Amino acid sequence: MSTATQLLPAAPCLRIPDGEPPFLEGQCCGACGSLYLTSRMACSRCGKRDDFHAQRLASEGTLYSYAIVHRSFPGVETPFISAIVDLADGAVLKGNLRGIPADPNQIRLGMAVKVVIDDALGRRDKEGNAYLAYFFEPLEESAA
Amino acid sequence: MSDDVYIIGVDMLKFGRFPDRTVPQLGAQAALMALDDAGLEIHAMEALYCGNLYQANAMVGQRILQEIGQTGIPVVNCANACATGATAFREAWMAVKAGACDLALAVGVEQMGKGLLGGGGAGTGIPKEGLFGGSTMPTVFAEAGMEHAHRYGTTFEQFAKVSVKNHHHSTLNPKAAYQMETPLEMVMNAEMISYPNTKLMCSVNVDGAAAAVLASGKKVRELGLGKRAVKVRASALTSDPWQARDLVMPDVNSCTRLAAEKAFNMAGIGAEDLDLVELHDCFATAELLHYENLGLCADGEAGRLIDEGETALGGRIPVNVSGGLLSKGHPLGATGIANIYEVSTHLRGEAGRRQVIDARLGLTHVIGLGSACAIHILEKSDL
Ligand SMILES: [Zn+2]
Repeated sequence: MSTATQLLPAAPCLRIPDGEPPFLEGQCCGACGSLYLTSRMACSRCGKRDDFHAQRLASEGTLYSYAIVHRSFPGVETPFISAIVDLADGAVLKGNLRGIPADPNQIRLGMAVKVVIDDALGRRDKEGNAYLAYFFEPLEESAA
Repeated sequence: MSDDVYIIGVDMLKFGRFPDRTVPQLGAQAALMALDDAGLEIHAMEALYCGNLYQANAMVGQRILQEIGQTGIPVVNCANACATGATAFREAWMAVKAGACDLALAVGVEQMGKGLLGGGGAGTGIPKEGLFGGSTMPTVFAEAGMEHAHRYGTTFEQFAKVSVKNHHHSTLNPKAAYQMETPLEMVMNAEMISYPNTKLMCSVNVDGAAAAVLASGKKVRELGLGKRAVKVRASALTSDPWQARDLVMPDVNSCTRLAAEKAFNMAGIGAEDLDLVELHDCFATAELLHYENLGLCADGEAGRLIDEGETALGGRIPVNVSGGLLSKGHPLGATGIANIYEVSTHLRGEAGRRQVIDARLGLTHVIGLGSACAIHILEKSDL
């Protein structure tokens, strides 16, 4: 290899600290507590300026909505489940739901899911860098 | 108190594919049709508001005037996603309402590319489609529909019935791109694009143009055009107010609710007073959401409304008797004025086989993701 490649976050809220497991981090408004996935100049909800602090996002949540994508842009593998997940801390994420068949009869709205951070489906940028992404998987429900 | 504003000329091209025509040519054709409908020439117009999305930087309005008459009037070109045409109409309404002019022309026009809308924006790094869910329009609106399913148990079949209804309506509308019956099994068994939206539950990707001539009440009386004039009772435009899920779900609901509230207040009427509605059925899933957003029924009752045929022609509150975006077609910048053409045609009693009997009040609604919502309430002439 002539150039060293690195592991990069595929989403701005993904943190990859040295020697520690990667995690998701949001920006929390100090005035009203609203959570954002990227920084902004002022809070979209209350308008308070320059008052954000980083907050580690919850790693579990529930399935709020989804679509099963059968036709997408050229080169994108289908079907996949596009999922909207309400995290336990009030943040909302969109990502692929995996580990469950892409079948509406198997997917239950409101089901518990966990956030899994993993390789970004083998996608590489022009420099050959690999990326990490987040996914959702059904949370094993404890035996009742 | 400012004078009322009326539509005195309005028309649209039959939507379809016009690969050998330019955007200004299509817009100019619709403009001439609307002028003819009013019996006026371009030289009478005091301002032009032109809505077009894909050539937003190409001075389409001025190029329309190059086709039909360069009179030196102010021209404003506007883009506002799928609310583009309605935004141009509203700007013309504001100019007349403000007393800045007595006659204004609004044109909405679009030539569409092929394939799926949405997504894009790869930017730096790696492509994100299919990595963090899907960003195509059918997917975004599938998710909006499944949100409704989560809250109220709405079914795939209920969403599909919207397409059956609107395709049926389009068989009565010679200006619709398609006039084709699509039975429920055909809709549900069509190619699945993004569950629960099949191909027949996605709006038709076509070119088109529509235009309207707006006039002050004083001018309508002066010209003796009161009989066919349509009164603009309300015009409302909103952007999306903050919602917790904005980060990942384009919000089509709260901006519609906000616009509906403003429009009903301005008109001094309620949803129960409406005789027909043309709403933004860009996907079958969207139509059911807007029944509730516009107050046509209580929250959670949209599924029942479609099941019981209340929104079909002949029902309690007919919705999208033109065939809607699903079958009439959805040339983005033209859609907002085409909806106004449809409602106006019913209020004039000129809608032929699809006429909503004794229609007196109608509402048009469009929504552009990002988001922009425009609502107009129109009334049969009182002059
Ligand atoms: Zn805040």
